[in-house]
Amino acid sequence: MSDATPTPTATPERPQLPAQSPPVDPAETAVAGNKAGSGGKLSWWRGDGGDGAKRNLGLIGVLAALIVVGAITKPDLYGDPNWVWNNVLAILQLASVVGVVTVGMTFVIIGGGIDLSVGAIVALAGVWCTTVATQSYGAGGMIFAALAVGICVGLVNGVLISYGRLVPFIATLAMLVAARGLAASISNKQTQVSSSTFINDIAARKVIGIPILVYILGAVVLAGWVVLNRTTFGRRTIAVGGNPEAARLAGINVRRHTMLLYALSGLCCGIAAIMLTSQATSAQAAMANLYELDAIAAAIIGGTLLSGGRGTIVGSLLGVIIFATITNLFAINGLSIEAQNMVKGGIIVAAVLVQQFQFKSVTRLLARNRVTTAT
Amino acid sequence: MALPEDDPATASAEAVAEAPLVEAPADTVAGEVVLRLTDLVKTFPGVRALDGVQLEVRAGEVHCLLGQNGAGKSTLIKVLAGVHQPDSGQVEWRGEPATFANPQAAMKAGIATIYQELDLVEDLSVAENAFLGHEYRSFGFVRRGRMARHTRQILSRLGHGEIPPGRMVRSLPAAGKQIVSMARALSHEARLIIMDEPSAVLAHDEVGNLFRIIRELTAQGIAVIYISHRLEEIREIGDRVTVLKDGRTTAANLPARDTPTRDLVSRMTGRTIEYVFPDRPTDDSAGADLLQVEGLTRTGEFADVSLNVRAGEIVGIAGLVGSGRSELLETIYGARLPEAGTVQMDGKVLRPGVGAAVRAGMGMAPEERKSQALLLGEPIYRNVTLATFGRYARLGFTNAAKERAEADRIAETLELRPRDVDRPVRTLSGGNQQKVVVGRWLLGGTKLLLLDEPTRGVDVGARAELYQVIRALAAQGVGVLLVSSEVPEVLGLADRVLVMREGRVVREAAAGELDENTVLDLVMAGSLMEGAPA
Repeated sequence: MSDATPTPTATPERPQLPAQSPPVDPAETAVAGNKAGSGGKLSWWRGDGGDGAKRNLGLIGVLAALIVVGAITKPDLYGDPNWVWNNVLAILQLASVVGVVTVGMTFVIIGGGIDLSVGAIVALAGVWCTTVATQSYGAGGMIFAALAVGICVGLVNGVLISYGRLVPFIATLAMLVAARGLAASISNKQTQVSSSTFINDIAARKVIGIPILVYILGAVVLAGWVVLNRTTFGRRTIAVGGNPEAARLAGINVRRHTMLLYALSGLCCGIAAIMLTSQATSAQAAMANLYELDAIAAAIIGGTLLSGGRGTIVGSLLGVIIFATITNLFAINGLSIEAQNMVKGGIIVAAVLVQQFQFKSVTRLLARNRVTTAT
Repeated sequence: MALPEDDPATASAEAVAEAPLVEAPADTVAGEVVLRLTDLVKTFPGVRALDGVQLEVRAGEVHCLLGQNGAGKSTLIKVLAGVHQPDSGQVEWRGEPATFANPQAAMKAGIATIYQELDLVEDLSVAENAFLGHEYRSFGFVRRGRMARHTRQILSRLGHGEIPPGRMVRSLPAAGKQIVSMARALSHEARLIIMDEPSAVLAHDEVGNLFRIIRELTAQGIAVIYISHRLEEIREIGDRVTVLKDGRTTAANLPARDTPTRDLVSRMTGRTIEYVFPDRPTDDSAGADLLQVEGLTRTGEFADVSLNVRAGEIVGIAGLVGSGRSELLETIYGARLPEAGTVQMDGKVLRPGVGAAVRAGMGMAPEERKSQALLLGEPIYRNVTLATFGRYARLGFTNAAKERAEADRIAETLELRPRDVDRPVRTLSGGNQQKVVVGRWLLGGTKLLLLDEPTRGVDVGARAELYQVIRALAAQGVGVLLVSSEVPEVLGLADRVLVMREGRVVREAAAGELDENTVLDLVMAGSLMEGAPA
């Protein structure tokens, strides 16, 4: 029987439509509205989170505000379309390395974990791929080494967390310390210069006027979006993060999947290591310092729930770009890094506050709905 | 169901809705009226949750509130608890018009609410929980000694002086936590205690204890509003009953003991059904052995359990909370590792793990819907396909259109309401959420369905529908292993019944050979249950 509006004559045997449709909160319909006509065809590209899309609009608003601030403070620069285009590319290039790391981080957080070791993995992978021995295998060997180191370290994290049952925070904190130590010991605390022109060209060159690093970021973001929204891997990630017990009892191998999430994060770190090595044409144990904080912050202001189960790749990308834009804004105005960091901190707090506010209003809505449809 | 026209108590659906309120003050209730609600209305955007509620509660009575899911009980409680403000209508509290601006105001006035999900702080002590928010203090320091003394007083008033006030709430069993909730109510000098399905978390013998406490409270002149889906409880503990349907009072102040069940059900639902079980097939249609369990053992949970389920057969396990039945089900499903014994599907021993069980054709609807089965924020269709989305996928890419279509088909079969499979599961009622969980296993050729308390918290109408679904599945050759605390449900639905007590199967028989009293005797005989109130 319809719980809200029982139809007095309904018999259990016969499918029967409710006499009137159950109460639907107008706001709820508005959120679900873009998916109305369900069962019909869905555009392949369409995202799945109605509220996620709304949140992303908010982030785009923040980005627009930052650009307006830039235009006000430097009207002469912003008057020159050429400069603006180059500045956009500069921002994207600035965002590219952290952006790649953030994609992996987003998966881990949606899956209910956290990875504090990403910066350390980037450094270890960077150092490993620039040792004299590795470089002797050429660019291919270096790329392979970076990716393999990333995946392997990520797997170690994953095994410790899912099979060793360590808390993700502890396991990856330990890895943060250990991986930097290993990187320092391999490099003997020296800066290792990359002699591969192929590697060094990645950051130096452009294709059709756009830096290759930006293409890499684009490819990783696109791949991340597809994997999260269109594959069984992504669906499992949401299930495992949203309700691990339900996922387990539905037959999903929660432990294996958790392990794979950290390996995926490691892979992203490996890619980032190549990009960063290319940018600096060298690698050292102190590189990618505090990337974990940048990545986590970007994911969070992008709307990824720290408790897992919800988040979007596009939101995370916007988060990274917002941070890069702030850095850029301060740079063109000749302001100090210290001031920059204070503003970034403020933005993180503001973003979370705004989200909490939104979240509260959403839960209040749902609570109302629960009262009315499911007393 | 046809009803005699001349019997006013069991009138037709329309007549029930229009029927004048029954004013039959039960003679057992002598106290003054502490609470009177008149024409209470509360609307939320798009819906009238309360649409003219009348309620009269007297001091020293247990006033039962009956109604299906969605009838407005929760909204009503929240209005009384000061969480919601009514749009119109009068609340008269102890003879004077009253408004409760917030929960603190309601508590101060003497109305305490014990919610179904007990709102205790697990890592604080019993005393700290009892006095949470109004601790004794001087100069900013909590006066622990005085609080502990008072808590001990209250606990002994509740007949549980043996619970140490300094004990962490986390370490108490569910029944103990409920007592702490009641202690909190008494610490506020409550004159009215609202209990929302207090027995849902309790084992059978603990319910008896709860009733004893309620009787002692009412003897002290405290009024109790008691909400439960279980009619037997209302008969046992209640003095008067008020029935809600669609936010309206359809009957007020019925005598709890003497009102025929049919009347209560018809006023709740607008039709007359109680437990309507589908007919069993007349011939023995069960097929070959599907599940064979041999000597399954987990220390402290169950020992040496052997059972089998044939294709097309419904096997019911009757037993109390703590008899090891849920643990047994989870072990068969591979979610717990057995210490001894084997589980075979189709004659093959299963490898450990849920994955292997699911691949072998098992599906389980676990006991705790929300925490064990559902992704509440995700759309219905993704919850329905949670176990099968991999099968619709190609090369790792999910097929959302196919999933929606399959979920929609399931929604139609199960009469899910609302039918929109893109809605978050969170917005569904309990009964419909349960349909989503069961529906999950209708996809992808499940051969054996394990159901743990499939109708807990599900209203009467949705129950009947679930029974139909389960029987229909069996008719299609699916084996069903069903666990339930409600003996009539096991006896009415199952073909064969196993009775469990203290982790062992004490009786196995065809459902027709057992009756409720026999099973209850078996279930409780010499029972010294673990987890009984301390």
